[in-house]
This record gives sequence, C-alpha cells and structure tokens, in this order.
Amino acid sequence: MLRVARAHVHSHATAEEVVQETWLGVLRALDQFEGRAQLRTWVFRILVNVARRHGKREARMNAELAGPTVDPDRFRGDDDPDWPRHWRDDGLPVDTDPEPALLAREFRDVLAAALGELPERQRAVVELRDVHGFDAQEVCEVLDLTPANQRVLLHRGRARLRAAWEAAS
Amino acid sequence: MTPRDVACQELVELVTEYLEGALPPDEVAAVDQHLVDCDPCLRYLRQMRATGAALRLVPAEQVTETLSDQAVDTLLDAFRRRR
Repeated sequence: MLRVARAHVHSHATAEEVVQETWLGVLRALDQFEGRAQLRTWVFRILVNVARRHGKREARMNAELAGPTVDPDRFRGDDDPDWPRHWRDDGLPVDTDPEPALLAREFRDVLAAALGELPERQRAVVELRDVHGFDAQEVCEVLDLTPANQRVLLHRGRARLRAAWEAAS
Repeated sequence: MTPRDVACQELVELVTEYLEGALPPDEVAAVDQHLVDCDPCLRYLRQMRATGAALRLVPAEQVTETLSDQAVDTLLDAFRRRR
C-alpha cells in the first residue's frame, strides 16, 4: 500500500498518512462494500483516491515554495553586458523610508491585511515569528517544520509583505 | 580568498538566510561584499528586516483570529504535550 501511495505523493511521511487515512476510510465505508469487487480491489481503489488527493495538495504546497520572490522583470537579463541579473533602473526597490513608515498606523494596517492574504503556512510562520515573537526553533517545533522549510516560508511570506508595503508606498 | 560575485537577483533570495544567520561564512562574505557596493540591495535588505520589525507593532488581536484552524490545533497540541 505504501508503494502504491508513493506513486502519487513525493514524501514517505505523506504516503504513511495516505495509508492511515485509507484504513480509516475503509472502516467507515465497510457497510457499503457490496462484494461485487474483490475486497482487495476495493481497498486499493480507496487508497488511490486518497493518494491522488494528497498528491494534489502536495503539488500545491511545493508550487507555493517555488519560483522567485521578486518579479524577474525588475532585473537585467543574464546576458546584460555590464550588470547581468542586477536591478534595472526602472525596477529598483521603491524608497519607502522605513523609519517614519514603521510608526504610521496605515502602514501597519497594510501589513496586517497582507498577512491575512498569505498562503496558510507562510502566514502561520510569519505570524508566530514576527507578530508573536517566537524564535525559529520554537516555530519549527510548533508547526513541525524543518529549519530550512521554516526559513523558506518566512522568506516568502516576508517578501510578499514587503511587496505589499512597497505597492502601498 | 575573494568572495564570489553575487547578482542582485540572487541576493534578494538570500536575504532571509542572511538575516537568520543561516548562511555559511563564505556566503556571508559574498553577501557583505555585494552590499558594500549596492544601495538598492541594501535598501531591499533593510525593508525585509523592517517588515518583520513592523509586524511586532501590529497588535496581536488584529491578527490572532486569522491564524488558521490547523495552526491553532497544532499549537494547542504542542502546549498540551509540554504540560
């Protein structure tokens, strides 16, 4: 069962979840089993449905962590003769003058609103780290993340918030 | 050893690891070297840091109810285990 699950999901941990959920599904639906198919076939059909669902969710989560956090159009091309992959003149970060902005209420409102728009895991990490002041290790424990994943989620979340702040400036 | 060249487009993706102290020393040297000469990247780094700092000034009540159910469950579990 694990091997079949692994054909649809990328991590072993997710595959184990799939098998567990499959057995729960089998127990719940046992009354509806009509004996037309082999029990084995029926169980595996449930397994594949559960695995597909988890696989899609996994793919969504990985997509959330892929790609650049800053619009590539803001940088010169790889083939730029002088400054490859450096900021284009019209792509520079807007000077938002952080000090007064930090104190401004509307600025905090912009951030709070943008925080609510973040994908769930990014939002959880940024909230715990930056709003509630948890340290990295605590966040890893609480959300069951590896240190590297915690950093990626923090990075992507903060980058989006920075962009929202820049857009509002 | 001279630190390697870092492009701006690469630096913006290293910022958080840099701020978190998660980069190896030679990468820190490469980022430092870039920041000496590049005001826009320095600005970007300061804005990323300021974003985190500013969130500390957002009242927790303003965001707490937006914490996802899953995060709340995980939190509660963690607290229960600690007792």
